[in-house]
Amino acid sequence: MTDQTLNVVGQAVPRRDGLGHVTGKTVFVDDLQFPDMLHLKMVRSPVHHGRIKGIDFSDAEKVPGFVRALTYKDVPKNIYTILCLIGVGPDEEPVLAEDRVLYKGEQIAAIVAETEEAAMEAVARVRLDLEELPAVFDVEEALKPGAPILKPWGTNYFIYEGHHCRRIRLGDVAKGFAEADVIVEGCYQPAPVEHAPLETTACIAKPEPDGRYTVYTNTQALFFTLDNTALILQIPFNKLHFVGGTVGGGFGGKVDVIVEPIATLAAMKTGRPVKFKFTREEEMHVSSTRSGWRMYFKDGVKKDGRIIARQVTTYADAGAYNRHTPYAVTKHAANVAGPYAIPNVAIDVYCVYTNRQPGSAMRGFGVNSGAFGWEVQMDKIAEAVGMDPWEIRFINAYRNGDLRPYQKVVQDATLIEVMKAAAGLAGHQLPDRLLAMNSWDREAPLADRKES
Amino acid sequence: MPSKILTFTLNGRQVEVIVKPLMTLQTLLREKLGYTATKSGCRQGGCGSCTVLVNGEPMLSCILPAEDVEGQVVTTLEGITPRDGLHPLQQAFFENYAIQCGYCTPGMLMITKALLDRNPHPTRAEIVDALSGNLCRCTGYEPIIQAVDDAARRIEP
Repeated sequence: MTDQTLNVVGQAVPRRDGLGHVTGKTVFVDDLQFPDMLHLKMVRSPVHHGRIKGIDFSDAEKVPGFVRALTYKDVPKNIYTILCLIGVGPDEEPVLAEDRVLYKGEQIAAIVAETEEAAMEAVARVRLDLEELPAVFDVEEALKPGAPILKPWGTNYFIYEGHHCRRIRLGDVAKGFAEADVIVEGCYQPAPVEHAPLETTACIAKPEPDGRYTVYTNTQALFFTLDNTALILQIPFNKLHFVGGTVGGGFGGKVDVIVEPIATLAAMKTGRPVKFKFTREEEMHVSSTRSGWRMYFKDGVKKDGRIIARQVTTYADAGAYNRHTPYAVTKHAANVAGPYAIPNVAIDVYCVYTNRQPGSAMRGFGVNSGAFGWEVQMDKIAEAVGMDPWEIRFINAYRNGDLRPYQKVVQDATLIEVMKAAAGLAGHQLPDRLLAMNSWDREAPLADRKES
Repeated sequence: MPSKILTFTLNGRQVEVIVKPLMTLQTLLREKLGYTATKSGCRQGGCGSCTVLVNGEPMLSCILPAEDVEGQVVTTLEGITPRDGLHPLQQAFFENYAIQCGYCTPGMLMITKALLDRNPHPTRAEIVDALSGNLCRCTGYEPIIQAVDDAARRIEP
């Protein structure tokens, strides 16, 4: 490999799509239109939590251009969960709400019309008979007795292989706390964040003469969305042809399967192309956000700066439905001890349901929200033991050969090297004893190091 | 209110088209005339992705009634793209990687075209001020500022 010529690494390569972008010739989904194309708009829940007692379409049907309404009764497999494709279950989210809504803005019925204006007018004329129910918006309130129960299995948390949360255990934290010189506690709660892509979520589903459906979409997860759409519509995968790849900003906000199944169903029911494009209001109020996280840290630290025990309890706010939060919780649990060698670790991470708009994926979901918590906690520890924040990270940094809390031996640690490079870029002079450290050769095994 | 026949100049050519009352210039350009370089990010005057030039002045086409451009001169990104090659601003955006997803790019190019037309050698502060109503969510403002500065150097005054 040493004589290999590198053609791309280290070179500035022109963007493949750059000329299309600067000339405006790149085709985004909303740039497409087809003859006889219909427009779909959603009837949405005006309340955070409610029971649906009736829906009256009679005035909506009188709007010129109204074509038809769709309810859950039209959806072949209405209850789904996106991550069923990787074994996450049970199904729990309706494509269209059945007897209950769990968040403000939840999809209740779809209106298909000749024009976007007619669809909006008809949506405004649908009469909902709703009974508003008590709502819960705080993750810890949602776990208390007496909180409104949101899930059919009787709890407000996701169940991980029979357990109430995702758990990681290494060593004995009680023993670690007993041996510690200082206990440092902290609570951190990064808020939900909307991705706010410049191009809103959109697709067009178009019936083809051969009985298939072409779906033009700006999803970030083309085949994931195709598979989920086929499962929801109970049709073979090869009836669907998804066309995508051009995404006007995603950041994780376009990996949920939201517009394609219902637009494809509408195309099946009407035999015409159907466009479903979120308004900016829908993108902000309805599309999923980064989940909110609340983390409680308790660390046992020796006077020399070594962290010998870390206990973390985290509550992830999934909002009303799973989306990608159960998976984010697992990633969070695996990483929230930080890239540090800590011999005693106990982590409990709850995936909690509330009456908020669903949380989901966003750029390193579960991990960088955790990083905010554990790195602020590292500064707090440095302050508690009177050490430099750089030094506290170097002496606790994980090295090759260390056992991670989830029972894997580290083989590719690079933290020390990255910190040295970061210090260089920041113009920070590190002391020689830190510069002498590396990731592959610990000066002394952690457990054998003498106490100061 | 009845529909109207609207006549205006679009990218150097006379256009005559029937518009409904309160149809926006954005809808007219994108859906009736097929000029889709003008993007549709918010349809509430908040993001700048639909910026076009009316008589050389940048305007948000998503909140501009089409009938207001009667007799006026409208320029979209299609109108500043040469038959061969690129406008210096387009070339500078391409070479400086001032693009990521590409959705804000047409609006960024039109707002900075208007800037360079009235001020061929803007300061950095003037470039930043000109871009202040145009959002980019791939957080590429710095390369965009550099590209505009680069383009200004390429364009002879």
